Amino acid sequence: MAEALGWLGVPLAIAAGTMRGSTPFLFVSLGECLTEKSGKINLGLEGTLLTGAMSAYAISYLAQDSVGEFLAPWLGVLAAGLAGMVLGAIHGWLSQQPRVSDVAVGIAMIIFGSGIAFFLGKPFIQPIAPKLMTLDLGAWSNVPQLQDALRISPLFLLGLAIAPLLRWFFKSTRWGLFVRAVGDSPEAARAMGISIFKVRMLSIVAGSFLAGIGGASLSLYYPGVWTERISTGQGLMAVALVIFARWNPINCLYASLLFGGAQALGPALQSVGVDSFYYIFNAAPYILTLFIAIFTCSPQKTLVGSPGALGTNK
Amino acid sequence: MTAIARQKLEAICLPMAAILVALLLFGIFCALAGANPLGVYGSIYRAAFGQWSAWQNTLLRASPLMLSALCTALPAHLGLVIIGNEGALIMGGLGAISVGLALGTSLPPLGVQVAMALAGMLFGGVWIAIAGALRHYRGVNETIGSLLLNYIAIALLNHLVGGPMKDPSSLNKPSTFPLADLNMLGTIPGTRIHWGLVYGLVACAIAYVLMQRTTFGFAARTAGGNIRAARIAGLPVGKLTLAICFLAGSCAGLAGMVEVAAVHGRANESLNVGYGYGGILVAFVARHNPLAGALVSVLLGGILASGGILQRSHDLPDATVLVFQGIVFLCVLYSESLYGRFAIFQEREALPASRKATV
Repeated sequence: MAEALGWLGVPLAIAAGTMRGSTPFLFVSLGECLTEKSGKINLGLEGTLLTGAMSAYAISYLAQDSVGEFLAPWLGVLAAGLAGMVLGAIHGWLSQQPRVSDVAVGIAMIIFGSGIAFFLGKPFIQPIAPKLMTLDLGAWSNVPQLQDALRISPLFLLGLAIAPLLRWFFKSTRWGLFVRAVGDSPEAARAMGISIFKVRMLSIVAGSFLAGIGGASLSLYYPGVWTERISTGQGLMAVALVIFARWNPINCLYASLLFGGAQALGPALQSVGVDSFYYIFNAAPYILTLFIAIFTCSPQKTLVGSPGALGTNK
Repeated sequence: MTAIARQKLEAICLPMAAILVALLLFGIFCALAGANPLGVYGSIYRAAFGQWSAWQNTLLRASPLMLSALCTALPAHLGLVIIGNEGALIMGGLGAISVGLALGTSLPPLGVQVAMALAGMLFGGVWIAIAGALRHYRGVNETIGSLLLNYIAIALLNHLVGGPMKDPSSLNKPSTFPLADLNMLGTIPGTRIHWGLVYGLVACAIAYVLMQRTTFGFAARTAGGNIRAARIAGLPVGKLTLAICFLAGSCAGLAGMVEVAAVHGRANESLNVGYGYGGILVAFVARHNPLAGALVSVLLGGILASGGILQRSHDLPDATVLVFQGIVFLCVLYSESLYGRFAIFQEREALPASRKATV
């Protein structure tokens, strides 16, 4: 029965793959969205992602005996977020020093973060850590592909919930207004009596917390291992994704699903024998983002939704 | 001391101090990891600059970094932050291998090598010129545009070496067919260092002269300083953007050609090992000065070359080098904010006029 699904398996595999593949994108892009709304760019989220993935796996492995197999991964998720915050604090402080480019600091943070992750993570490549539980909504079915597609991670649901929450935060809260003011017009924010340094610092640290959790979803959910090649650039891609989403958290959610789905497209087609353009399919999100940028940008005006202070080093 | 001498002293002292602080921080890190910091320093020094063979290792790694750093440093004078080095390097490598394989042995080796270098420069140049054109004509942010182009280049590389250009005998690591041995770039006589180092040094020197000593460079720096003033002065900003981006990309493309023609002999995923991102850091640390970039490349090459020894003699993971590299660059970037903060490097303007006359 299962083998006979054939081509029907493709949409199922894409649906399942989209959910798995988009979870890290979702967290990292929401984190990057929050960071960029405050007017700074954080390219270092790739390092944050790796450090998060390593911390989550290590803590989950180390804590499994004392707190049990159910709780240990959740402790890992928390550790990933905290580790992300530490890296975020370094970026937030350094990138706000006068004349220091946030792009350059971001790239240095990729190197530093991945160095820390690989250094501390070396002993954890072999051991098996308990993974996060999944909600098996497909248990009623006897089709493995369908069961697979309906095995939903609570992290994915958490990400789904954070997206509208972040939108509400930007739109309807006082603090959200502060972040937008600092990102759009630092002078106006200063006139309002807001500390630009504090707002950006908090935004970057909170964004890095989310990115760290994105890392945890890599090591504790899918693919669910810790290796040095676990991230395929999701952290850097998040920057492109946020632009694609026009700095809107809800659009970040859709864009993450699209990017995750595009990643699932290649393997899904490969499984039914179409494998000639595997890597080109994988690059589809970038090509798409580039074309959308070409068609929507104009030399006369900036993108709708783009924070005014972004990339100006103000 | 004159103001210029003070400025130069500042530009030398601050990065040196930053590197010393980085060494201190890294020493603390090593001590926490259970290794003797002094022993680690000694090993890094020996592996990077200790003897002639170590120097050769260092210089081998420095040459692609010099070329790739120019890809960020040149557009920076125009006020553009280009991070497409990795993509331009890959495209250059692909261009070089295609021409190298197509020509085969139909031309003398020197002719093939020149053709490969030109192809690498053309491919890399066009790749970054695309980012420049998108910036100028469509207002697409050049940092993001070049980042996206990196991923497209990587996908193109994987597609070509895994499919249309694949050598069926390369099973574990899909690669293109190898270049004829005859066409490989040789080494500088008496050393293991390939000619790529000379390419890198020459390119850095040319870039310096071009930006600092020619009207073209002056025009570019004017446009970088104030684009509206440059337009009013009648400078062709669009053409300048395209030309600088093309030159920048062609340097990174040449690095790709050197990697293909002198190191790997074929194109595969080894082209994508981080010389691109390393080059971005070199450019920022050198404050976009091509000559300083050559020096910083040697320093980074030395750090990269010491990876193996830390693992062998101190039982530290090979990622230690990444941590060290990260700390060094974070410290040097921080030192950027300290310019003008120390009184010793400033001209004493507040002195009374009577004493000024006696100085």
